[in-house]
Amino acid sequence: MTLTANTDRLLFSATPHSSVEFPARLREMEDVKGSDGLGDTELRLGLPGTSTATRSAKRALPEGDEESHDELRRTSAAKAQVVGWPPIRSYRKNSFPARKAEAEAEAEAEAAAGLYVKVSMDGAPYLRKIDLSVYKGYKELRESLNHMFQCFSLGELSRREGGSGSEYAITYEDKDGDLMLVGDVPWEMFISSCKRLRIMKGYEARGLESRKH
Amino acid sequence: MTYFPEEVVEHIFDFLGSHRDRNAVSTVCKAWYHVERLSRLNVFVGNCYAIRPERVMARFPGMKSLSVKGKPHFADYNLVPYDWGGFALPWIKAAVRRSPGLEDLRLKRMVVTDDDLDLLARSFPNFRSLVLVSCEGFSTDGLAAIATYCRGLRELDLQENEVEDHGRQWLSCFHESCTSLVSLNFACLKGEVNAGVLERLVARCPNLRSLKLNRAVSVESLNEIVARAPYLVDLGTGSFAVLDCIGDKGLAVVASTCKELQELRVFPSDIYGAGATSVTEEGLVAISSGCPKLNSLLYFCYQMTNAALITVAKNCPHFTRFRLCILDPWKPDPVTNQPLDEGFGAIVRSCKNLRRLSLSGLLTDQVFLYIGLYAKCLEMLSIAFAGDSDKGMVYILKGCKNLRKLEIRDCPFGDIALLNDVAKYETMRSLWMSSCDVTLGGCKALAAKMPRLNVEIINESEGTDKLEENISDLHKVEKMYVYRTVAGPRNDAPDFVWTL
Repeated sequence: MTLTANTDRLLFSATPHSSVEFPARLREMEDVKGSDGLGDTELRLGLPGTSTATRSAKRALPEGDEESHDELRRTSAAKAQVVGWPPIRSYRKNSFPARKAEAEAEAEAEAAAGLYVKVSMDGAPYLRKIDLSVYKGYKELRESLNHMFQCFSLGELSRREGGSGSEYAITYEDKDGDLMLVGDVPWEMFISSCKRLRIMKGYEARGLESRKH
Repeated sequence: MTYFPEEVVEHIFDFLGSHRDRNAVSTVCKAWYHVERLSRLNVFVGNCYAIRPERVMARFPGMKSLSVKGKPHFADYNLVPYDWGGFALPWIKAAVRRSPGLEDLRLKRMVVTDDDLDLLARSFPNFRSLVLVSCEGFSTDGLAAIATYCRGLRELDLQENEVEDHGRQWLSCFHESCTSLVSLNFACLKGEVNAGVLERLVARCPNLRSLKLNRAVSVESLNEIVARAPYLVDLGTGSFAVLDCIGDKGLAVVASTCKELQELRVFPSDIYGAGATSVTEEGLVAISSGCPKLNSLLYFCYQMTNAALITVAKNCPHFTRFRLCILDPWKPDPVTNQPLDEGFGAIVRSCKNLRRLSLSGLLTDQVFLYIGLYAKCLEMLSIAFAGDSDKGMVYILKGCKNLRKLEIRDCPFGDIALLNDVAKYETMRSLWMSSCDVTLGGCKALAAKMPRLNVEIINESEGTDKLEENISDLHKVEKMYVYRTVAGPRNDAPDFVWTL
């Protein structure tokens, strides 16, 4: 479900919505057109901060994940995942006694579970495993992988696939089993969808790059 | 006035309290500019990137007190990447060179390192007061340096900073001969301090008037401290914030007893869902009718009605700051299912001195029409998940003559609004827009038309090099920060910040 305002200028595609959390009152609102000056706008309820496919690719929800996102919506944790909302300083969020124990337990569970994925490198005799949750972003990940596979590599893991001097490219297998190039999506989206990493030879990855465009 | 000797003009300027007034008189004529700049003692820089530190200090050679602000306000809510900028070092270094007589330094939302604090502590023999608000990058080691080297320190005020605890007993670093403390606030520190050291420090500072401790200080210790500091005016254990679990009933009690209340902040105790004891519009109405002197409000709740806001507006026409946060975005008036345009409209119509406003709930372009029409004193406006079209933003830019800071997230405002009146942004300190509809092309156009604005695009996803090559002008910009500056594009921007 996504809450969008449909005007002449802004085009948003309609996404099918499940009515599980759709309060009856808001459904009525859809039928009452023009009474509140919204005219031909169409409003549907949605998770704060998400948007439809016509917004920039980075923020679109991949179609296949609709169901898993529905599930996410039902858990209270989902609401807290919208960056910067509600507008409360983080030190305040976790200082409330009621939530503190819960939040601490959650954080511990997360830290313990980690986000371990296998990392394979073409030509290397064995694989490694890394915890994605310890990295803040792509830069740190690349540095870590570089360091980890130094002994095997014949060249640095380059950021620019296909650029001169690049030997290897970092790819990953996502939830759907597709082989993707690391770096295209926001970090948070990447760590939630990455199932395993594969460092492949640069020339193989070039095909991947061009296929995407 | 040209026939008055300079000393007389200077004396008259002494009566001007605010930096805004001093800025104003300095533009009257060259003579006044000259007198004013030589006599200004307190310098305020609202945006550290608006001007270079050296230029500030060259203009005000008599500077004794400096206040600088760094990151945009939305950095408080993690919308600005942690290494975006706002470094204190260039300011401290410039002051070391040109204003060694510096006495007071106040920094807000800036990155301050232990080395910076060490440099500061060793460089200014007359240093009296350090105030750090919402800063980060330093640890208790930096505090130890301040305590050690700032003999004659009167004030150390740490508000809501992210301070790493290196376990150092920084408080012990205050020399036995240090007796000058007037104000000490370390409420934001997480680590423990030695009770005995604290008690002895308090005992030897007869001028101590304000003391704010952190939670690690025990009650027994508090007793000892109070006994040794009979002239304390202000004692606290961190900020007293009202949590919404006191409910509407609790607020009604506050309303009936706290008649002199001027500022109220109500935070949600559970941001994941409305608890049985959270607050609603009823609590706010009760407060407004019981506390007529209320002028500053920060109120988190799960629902609000137009009727309630209209009543509040009638009861409290003196609001200067009104920040309402309905926790679910786009939430309409639950009774009428209408947007909250009328409610907020009533607030801006009634509160003629409103300087700061934060909106929430379901809002259409109409509310912005009202704000543009009535909120003539408005200086800071925060908008999230509101509006229908570019018109909304245009109403604001056209109507709010005194607007200084505008921050917008997740609103359907695009290039047409952005480019409607580009000269307006030079009259403001800054504009923040994130998750809106402005495109790269729009931002480029703005930058091209206004060379004295820095138009920063913050792009956090990896592949910033791609940004410069492949991204079309139609691509929507995730985060944009625009600010007026005479310093040109900054030279300390990280890779993910692109100044157009």
